[in-house]
Amino acid sequence: MNEERLPLLSRPPQEIAVRVVVYGVLILVAIYFLIPLIVMILTSVKTMADIRSGNLISWPREITFDAWKEAWGTACIGVACSGVKGYFWNSIRIVVPAVVISTMIGAVNGYVFSKWRFRGSEVIFASLLIGCFIPFQVILLPMARTLGALGLSQSITGLVIVHIVYGLAFTTLFFRNYYVTIPDDLIKAARIDGAGFFRIFWKILLPLSTPIFVVCIIWQTTQIWNDFLFGVVFSAGDSQPITVALNNLVNTSTGVKKYNVDMAAAIIAALPTLFVYFVAGKYFLRGLTAGSVKG
Amino acid sequence: MALLSVQNIWKSFGSVEVLKDISLDIDSGEFLVLVGPSGCGKSTLLNLIAGLERITAGDIVIDGRRINDVSPKDRDIAMVFQSYALYPSMNVRKNISFGLETRKVPAAEIRETVQRVAEQLQIEDLLHRKPSQLSGGQRQRVAMGRALARDPSIFLFDEPLSNLDAKLRVEMRTEIKLLHQRIDATIVYVTHDQVEAMTLADRIAVMKDGTIQQFDSPQQVYDNPVNRFVAGFMGSPSMNFVQCRVVRQGAGCALLLDTGEGNAHTIPVGGEERRLDQWIEREVTLGIRPEQISGGSMNGREGSPVHELKSRVRVVEPTGADTLVCVLINGREVICRVRPEEAKGPGDVMTLMIDMSKAVVFNPETGERIV
Repeated sequence: MNEERLPLLSRPPQEIAVRVVVYGVLILVAIYFLIPLIVMILTSVKTMADIRSGNLISWPREITFDAWKEAWGTACIGVACSGVKGYFWNSIRIVVPAVVISTMIGAVNGYVFSKWRFRGSEVIFASLLIGCFIPFQVILLPMARTLGALGLSQSITGLVIVHIVYGLAFTTLFFRNYYVTIPDDLIKAARIDGAGFFRIFWKILLPLSTPIFVVCIIWQTTQIWNDFLFGVVFSAGDSQPITVALNNLVNTSTGVKKYNVDMAAAIIAALPTLFVYFVAGKYFLRGLTAGSVKG
Repeated sequence: MALLSVQNIWKSFGSVEVLKDISLDIDSGEFLVLVGPSGCGKSTLLNLIAGLERITAGDIVIDGRRINDVSPKDRDIAMVFQSYALYPSMNVRKNISFGLETRKVPAAEIRETVQRVAEQLQIEDLLHRKPSQLSGGQRQRVAMGRALARDPSIFLFDEPLSNLDAKLRVEMRTEIKLLHQRIDATIVYVTHDQVEAMTLADRIAVMKDGTIQQFDSPQQVYDNPVNRFVAGFMGSPSMNFVQCRVVRQGAGCALLLDTGEGNAHTIPVGGEERRLDQWIEREVTLGIRPEQISGGSMNGREGSPVHELKSRVRVVEPTGADTLVCVLINGREVICRVRPEEAKGPGDVMTLMIDMSKAVVFNPETGERIV
């Protein structure tokens, strides 16, 4: 990066050719990925007549947000006809406690595994790690029985518990890997200063943990909001998250398939994770590669 | 009664024995230095005194109280770490007061203590800064301030100067010594640097492989090393070791020293006690420090411990105050400390005066001192 940067057209022809090819490939790939999103947005603002008479990527003759209003408030999902707003709030009621609780417990776990080694801690940690690699499908039946025994089947609380338990493997791993980069001398100094287990955690480790908290929250929010499998198995009817409701919406039709409403509903379902990405995306990468402080 | 008494301490990590039967006592106000090569167990011993590791066998007694099972915070000790271990998210003031706050000391007393400590260490201007905004020397001072604020009976230092550059190290060394004199603190100090050990200690414990080789004052450890390891570890440049044959000379013994220039020299050694008698016609290891071989000329006194040698210079290393000249004796390289104006160039033959009064002789197999 130290050479003088000549303007593009003055550089040797091979360099120009390479640049054209690289940019060309990148633009093609970007278009490939963006086309579905473009189609969705365009379709959601068209009227049904417009959709029938035009093609996938034609510009709307008139832009209308009626489909959006219908998707939010009046579309029929199953037998209920009040749009996706109820299910949107369900998802929020599932994601918020699940993310908060799994992150907090993961933080304490990571702290224990990295700073307070005890006999057998490595074995327990290894078995916790296996949880990261177990496919969701494997635990469906045992989990359904457990929830049933606890009286929590088909409820939001049950679904939250499933997400917490399943997320613990990842959150513990994130925090443990982060906390091992914090020097052990810090803990020793705090012990000599008289601090116990929780005071050390609260006063010394937590203030240093912002990057990994951000990583964890982003990861968990995205995983839990976008989840379909647990949602469809462990909830029913009014307690379903928006991902399941979206599926039901698309499958519910009394005659005419309202593509614009379906598209609008899909975009509404995707908005929170898109929002998280735009706001916090760069912190995610930064947090993953951050160590803690030295000395 | 000693303030700190380490009694027959053994420490193992699993099946690895790291400390073997360590015993030592320090009195109040004494500065004890634990010195030795990496892996000798000195930091482990410090951790045991601090309570950060469990003792496998033996006792540690502070002020008459057996503290084997007492947690670190109740042992009335404070520790300064090699990496300073300052809390990164807190400013200097909070770093110093953290321990006091944990003990629920009243706020006014905390403020007063922080102020006093900051003045003592000249860090009053830094109180609002975070550790990342301080230089290495400043961080070191804050770490010492944190220890001072606790007003403990014993200070523990774990290689605190190892992370500093050479010049700063010398300055901080003097500061630590001044601190010791000013507040009459009892200090246990771990280092691998024997110069630090010599300059700071009231007594030095030289350690190797989990045992204490010698526990004595600095001058004693320097002049009267108990074995070859201690002799070679202390002193810079280190002591010269030469294998020599013992021969009979008159009523006593002498060592054969061959410098390759003419005849071999026989140098009397062993004094009145005749300890070398059993070694006649056998090889021993002679230990002689560079400063005991100098330039100059003989005044020719019979019976003087100073003898003259001629040898060819191989390497010359000027250090400013002296010049280190490397010669060959009995086929081994020997460093001599001469005055700069007396030093010859490489390849020249030089006359050297070797002072046998402080020479030591070791058993070549066991390393134990004979004379």
